[in-house]
Amino acid sequence: MFARRTMLIAAALAVLSMAARPAAAVDLTMYYPVAVGGPVTKIIDDMVSRFEKDNPDIKVTAVYAGNYTDTMTKAMTAMKGGQPPQLSVLLSTDVFTLMDENAIVPFDGLVGDKAWFKEFYPAFMANGQIDGKTWSVPFQRSTIVLYWNKDAFKEAGLDPEKAPASWDEMVEMSKKLVKKDGGNTTRWGIEIPSTGYAYWMLQALAIENGQKMMNEPGNEVYLTAPKTVAALEYWVDLSRKHNVAPAGSIDWATLRNDFLEGKTAMMWHTTGNLTAVKDAAKFQFGVAMLPAGERRGSPTGGGNFYIFKSASPDQQKAAVKFIQWMTAPERAAEWSMKTGYVAVSPAAYKTPTMEAYAKGFPQATVARDQLEHAVPELSVHENGRIYKFVGDAVQAAITGAQKPQEALAAAQQQSDRVLRAYK
Amino acid sequence: MARRRHPAGSQMSDEVASSPIAPRRARSQAWWNTVNAWLLLLPAAVLLIAFTHFPILATIRHSLFVTRRNGTEAFVGLDSYRSMAADPIFWKALVNNFWFALGTIPTSIALALVMAIWVNRNMRGRGFLRLAYFTPTVLPMIAVANIWLFFYTPGYGLLDQLRGLFGLGGWNWLGDPSTVMSCLVVMVIWKEAGFFMIFYLAALQQLSPDLEEAASIEGASRWYTFRRITFPLLMPTTLFVAINAVINSFKLVDHLVIMTKGGPNNASTLLLYYIYEVAFTFQDSSYAATLTVVLLMLLSSVALIKFGYLDRRIHYQ
Repeated sequence: MFARRTMLIAAALAVLSMAARPAAAVDLTMYYPVAVGGPVTKIIDDMVSRFEKDNPDIKVTAVYAGNYTDTMTKAMTAMKGGQPPQLSVLLSTDVFTLMDENAIVPFDGLVGDKAWFKEFYPAFMANGQIDGKTWSVPFQRSTIVLYWNKDAFKEAGLDPEKAPASWDEMVEMSKKLVKKDGGNTTRWGIEIPSTGYAYWMLQALAIENGQKMMNEPGNEVYLTAPKTVAALEYWVDLSRKHNVAPAGSIDWATLRNDFLEGKTAMMWHTTGNLTAVKDAAKFQFGVAMLPAGERRGSPTGGGNFYIFKSASPDQQKAAVKFIQWMTAPERAAEWSMKTGYVAVSPAAYKTPTMEAYAKGFPQATVARDQLEHAVPELSVHENGRIYKFVGDAVQAAITGAQKPQEALAAAQQQSDRVLRAYK
Repeated sequence: MARRRHPAGSQMSDEVASSPIAPRRARSQAWWNTVNAWLLLLPAAVLLIAFTHFPILATIRHSLFVTRRNGTEAFVGLDSYRSMAADPIFWKALVNNFWFALGTIPTSIALALVMAIWVNRNMRGRGFLRLAYFTPTVLPMIAVANIWLFFYTPGYGLLDQLRGLFGLGGWNWLGDPSTVMSCLVVMVIWKEAGFFMIFYLAALQQLSPDLEEAASIEGASRWYTFRRITFPLLMPTTLFVAINAVINSFKLVDHLVIMTKGGPNNASTLLLYYIYEVAFTFQDSSYAATLTVVLLMLLSSVALIKFGYLDRRIHYQ
C-alpha cells in the first residue's frame, strides 16, 4: 500500500516536472529549404536533435518547407498570418525583400562579439551585409561547379583528368562527347539547367563574360548589357548551333539524374549536390570550376540564417546560440561532407576530419577554391519578381521563342518598371 | 440529382387556397412558414456569407487599393486593372486557360460517356474494369503529376522509351512550349474522365430498359437509339459534368507546381497558378485580388449561363 502511494507520488512528480520543463525552455521554429538531392532532412533533424541534447533549455522545431521559393513563400505567408518562424534558412539574396517587409533583425545587436562575423568567408557574408549591418549568417552556401563524367571522357578519346577550362574548350569537348545512335542522341555533351534557378546560371555566364548583373543598392539590373546578351547567346548556341545540349528547357531537379544516367557527359550544378552525386554515381566523375570566358567566375549561392523581428528577445538569443552551434567549424565541416555545400568558414577546412576527407576526395574543395573568383548572387528588391522575369527570358531564348536580345530586353523593361519604386 | 425544384411558394398558395381555414390565420401560417424556412436556411447562409460572399466583396474592394510597404492602404481605383491589361503574363495565362479548357472538357466528357456505356454492359470482369477506370480519380493530383513526370522525362522517360522502339529520338516534352500544354491536357483527361464516368454510369442505370426494348422492337439501330433516346435522357448529367469540367479547368493547378512551375516561359501558366505566384511569391496581394476578380467573373458567368439558360433548355425527368 505504502509502496503504491510512493509510486503514485513519484509518477505525479514526474508528470509535473515534465509539464514544467517546456515552460522554462525556449521554443524555436525554423523553416529550411532543400534544393538538392540526398537525405538532407535527415541530416538537419540529426543536427537539431544533437543541439537539443547539448542545450536542454532550447527546443527547435525544424520544418522542411520545400525549395527556396516555397520556403520564402511559406515564411512570408506565416508572417502575414501572424505566426512567423523565429528563424529560417532562406536564400542569401532574399535580404532586400525581407528588409522591405520589415521581417528580420540584424545580428549585430544580438551577438556578444562581432568578431564572429570575421570567421566566415567574406564572399559568403557579402550578400547579407548592407548599410554596415549584418542581416544574415551563411549556412548552406555554394557555387556552381562543372561535374564531368570521366568514363565518358575516356570513351570520347579525351583526357579524363582534364575538364574544359574555357568556353570554347567546353564546346569543342562537348562536340566529341555527344553520342548518337542513328538520329537519336543517347548522350549529350553538356547540360545547364534552365528551370528553377535560371537567373543563377545566366549570372554565372555573364560574370565569366565580364559583366555584373546588378548594382550595390539592389535597384538596377543589367540584362541588356551586350555582354549579358552574349552570355545568353553562348548558352542558347549550345543547343541551337552546336547541338551539344538538348533543345528546350532543362529541369533543375532532374538534371542530376540525367548526369547519373549518363545522358549528359557534363553538367553545371550547385556543389550542394556533390555528395548525392558521389553516393549514386556508377562511374568516375570529376568536379571543376566553371570554364572561363573573359575570366573565371560563379555567383555564390544558397541559403543563410535569418532571425525574425517578431521573435521575443529570449528566442532571438536562443536562435543566435543555435546558429552559432550549427555554423561552428566541426558542424560546418560535417554539413559540407554530408551534402557537398561549401563549409562556411576557413576553420572548418582545418578540422582533422575535413582535411582527411578532402585528401581522399579532392572534389570536395573545388567549390571553395572557386570562391576567389566568385561574386555575390543576383540580389535586388522584389527579388521574386526579378527572378521570374530573368527566368522567363532565359526560357524564351532557350526554347527558341525569342532571340536572346529580344527576350532580355523584355525582362529588362519589366524589371525597370518594378525597381523604379526603390530608387 | 436532376429533379425539377418545386418552388415552395406556389405549392403553399395552392394549399392555402383550398384550405377551409380563415384568411387571417392562413396569413399568419404563411408568415410562420417563411420564418421557418429562413431559420432552416440560416446556418448555411451564415457560412456562405462568411466564407464566400464576404471574401468576394473584400477581394473586389482590395483590388481597388494598393498596400504600401508600411502597411497603409491607398485608393488607386482601376489602376491595377489597367496594369493587368498591360501585363503579358496575365494574357498568356488567360489564353492558356482557354486552350486548357478546350482541350480537357469535350474529350474527357466524351471519353467518360464511352467508358460508362462500355462498363454498363453485362460482362465478366465488369467490376474490375469500373475500378480500373475510376482509379486515376482517387489518386491525389500531386501523385498523378509525379507519375506523369516520369512518363514525360526526356531521354529515359516512358514516352521516350516508346519512341526509341520506333527509332525516334528523345523529345523534351515538358521543356518545349509547343508540347507542354498538350502533355498537361492529356494527363488531366486521364485523371478526370473516370470521375465523370461514375456520373454517367449512375444515370445510365436509372434509365428504364423499356425504352430501349421499345426502340429495338421498332427496329431502331443501336446508334439511332443512342442518338435519339439515351443521349437526350443523359443531358442533365452531361450538363452537370460539363459545369464541373469547366470549373476544374480553372481550379486544377496542383500539377503545375510539380511539373512545370508554369514554364517554359509561361507556356503552361494557368490563371489560378499565376494568382498564386503573384499573391504568395511576389507578395502583391492587391494585384492578386485584381486577377482573382477576373477569375471570379469568368466562373460566375459560367454559373449564370447554367442557371439562366441551359437549365430551361434541358429536359429533366
